[in-house]
Amino acid sequence: MGDVAILVEGLTKRFGDLQALAGIDFEVEVGTVFGLLGPNGAGKTTAIRILTTILHPDAGRAEVLGHDVVGDAESVRYRIGLAGQYAAVDRNLTGRENLRLIGRLAQVEPSEIPGRANELLQRFGLSEAADRPVRTYSGGMRRRLDVAAALVQRPPVLFLDEPTTGLDITGRNELWDMIRELVADGTTVLLTTQYLEEADRLAGRIAVIDRGKVIANDTPAGLKAQLGSTVIEIGMANEPSALSAKELLSRTLGDRVEREGSMVRLTADGAGTLMDVLRSLDAGGLGPASIAVREPSMDDVFLRLTGHHAEDTAVPEADGAGKARRKRGAA
Amino acid sequence: MTTRAADLTAQTLERRGSSAMRPIRDALAVTGRNLIGYRRVPQLLVFSTIQPVIFVVLFRYVFGGAVNIPNYQNYLMPGVFVQTVVFGAMTTAVGLATDLKSGLLERFRSLPMARSAVLAGRTGADLARNVFVAALMAAVGFLVGFRVQTNPIAFLFGMLLVLLFGYVLSWIFANVGLAVGDPETAQAAAFPVVAPLIFASSAFVQVSSMPGWLQPFAKYQPVSVTASAVRALMIGGPTASFVIQSLAWCAGILLVFVPLGVRRYRRTV
Repeated sequence: MGDVAILVEGLTKRFGDLQALAGIDFEVEVGTVFGLLGPNGAGKTTAIRILTTILHPDAGRAEVLGHDVVGDAESVRYRIGLAGQYAAVDRNLTGRENLRLIGRLAQVEPSEIPGRANELLQRFGLSEAADRPVRTYSGGMRRRLDVAAALVQRPPVLFLDEPTTGLDITGRNELWDMIRELVADGTTVLLTTQYLEEADRLAGRIAVIDRGKVIANDTPAGLKAQLGSTVIEIGMANEPSALSAKELLSRTLGDRVEREGSMVRLTADGAGTLMDVLRSLDAGGLGPASIAVREPSMDDVFLRLTGHHAEDTAVPEADGAGKARRKRGAA
Repeated sequence: MTTRAADLTAQTLERRGSSAMRPIRDALAVTGRNLIGYRRVPQLLVFSTIQPVIFVVLFRYVFGGAVNIPNYQNYLMPGVFVQTVVFGAMTTAVGLATDLKSGLLERFRSLPMARSAVLAGRTGADLARNVFVAALMAAVGFLVGFRVQTNPIAFLFGMLLVLLFGYVLSWIFANVGLAVGDPETAQAAAFPVVAPLIFASSAFVQVSSMPGWLQPFAKYQPVSVTASAVRALMIGGPTASFVIQSLAWCAGILLVFVPLGVRRYRRTV
C-alpha cells in the first residue's frame, strides 16, 4: 500500500432525526480512484461535504494528505478540488470568468490564471462558448465547466460528487477519459456514483455505502466475484410457477436465487449457469415466459449485500437533495 | 505529478494565501463577480431604480397635494433617497439566498478563500450599486423640482450618510438571506420588515401627523432619524442630533449583524 491520500475513521453525522453517516471508515491510496457507491440518501454527499471541509462531523476523524479536515481545514482546502452534484457555477458569468474567479479564490498566482483557464476550456470542449454567460449553456456544458472549475488550482486530491449525472453517453465517456488522465498524472480521485458500471470502469476500489454505513469495501473484481458477473432474470407465467422455479433452482444454486412476483432472478458466473438453469427448468416441466441476461446493477449489489433493494432513503438533507436542507439554513 | 510535486503546488498556493491582503483581494474578487451580475441581469438594477422613481412621482404628484408640507418636493427627496437604499438592501438577501441555493457558496467554502469574502463582496457590490442608484435618484429629484437649500458639501455628506445607512442595512439582510436560503422566500421575508420601517417613518410625512401610539416608534426608528438627518443636511434645520442618532444606529446594527452574519456564513450551507 502506498501513501494514504484520504483517511476516514469512524465518521458520523446526524441531521435531526436522520443518521446520515453511522460511522464509516476507509482509506484511499495516493494516485488511485476510489468509488463511493450507493443510492440517494446513503450518505455519499455528506461524506464528501465533510472531507471538503464544508461540514463538521459529529464524531470520528478524517484526513486529506495528512491534514485533519476539522483542525487543519485551511491546509486541506489548498489541496482539494470539488465538483458537486449541482454544477455550482455562476450563471451570469461566462465560462472563462467562472474559471478566473475560482482561480483567484483558490489563491492561484494571477499571472497564471488566464493560461490555465484557456487550457481547461479547451480540454473540456468549451473554448467556443468560453465568453458566453453560463446561463446559455446546456446542462452537459455546465457540468463540464463545473469539473473544470475544480481543476484550476491543479489539486492533488479531487472530489467528484456524481460527476456524470446529467451527461449524455459521449459526455460521460469524455469525462471518464479525463479522470483516467488525471489519475495517470498522480491525482487522487474520490468519486460518488449510483452506477456500478461507473465505479467498475474507473475505481481501483469501491466502498458500497448504505444508510450511512460501509457495507462492502473491495476491488471491482472482488465485488463481482461475490456477486457473479451476470444477472439472469426469468419471467414465469404466474407466481405459483415462479415459486416452483425458485425452489427447483435453489437446490443447486442456493441463496443466489430470489423471487419477486412472477420473476425469478439469480446471479451467475457465466454462460454455464444459464445452461444449467434452462436444463433444470426443462426437466422440472417449467417453461419460462421470458429470459433476460444482463450486467449486474447497483441494485443487484444491494440485494446481494443487504437483502433489500437500493431504495432511495432520500430524506432531503441526507444526500444533499438540497432544497429542504438549505431552507432550514444551518442544519 | 508525484506526491511531492503536488504538495509543492499546494505550498505555492499557501504562500500566496498567507498574505495579509487575502481578505481584501478575495472580497474584491467576489464584489467584481457580483457587479458583473448586475451588468448582465439588468432586471436587478431595474428593480432598485424603477420602484423609487415611481415613489417620487406618486408622492410628488398624487399624495403630495394632500400632504400639508410646503415645498413638499424638498421634504420628500431626502426621504426617497433613504427609502431607496432600504428597499435596495433587500437585494442583498436575495443575492445571498440565490448563491446559497445554487450551491455556489458550498464550493466557495471548500476553497482557501477568506471566510469574510462572500459577505464583504456581496455588501460591497450592493454599496457600489447604491452609489449608482443614488446618483440617478438625485437627478430625478432635480427634475421634479428638488433644490438643495444648504450647500453642496452638506448635500454630499447627506448622500454619504444615505450610502452608509444602505451598507449597514445590507448586513441585516445578509443574515436574512443566509437564514432562509431561497430567493423568493428572502424577498417575502424581507418585505414585512421593510415596509413599516419605511412608511411609519419621517421619510414621506411628518411623524407629528401620526397617531400618538405610533409616534414613539416612528420618531426614533433608524429610517426616521436617518431621513431627518439627511433632510437637515440637504434643506437645513438642526442636524447634529439626528446625525448622531443615525450614526449610533449604524454602529449598533454593524456591531450586532456583522459578527452574526459571519458566524452564520461559517455554519450555513
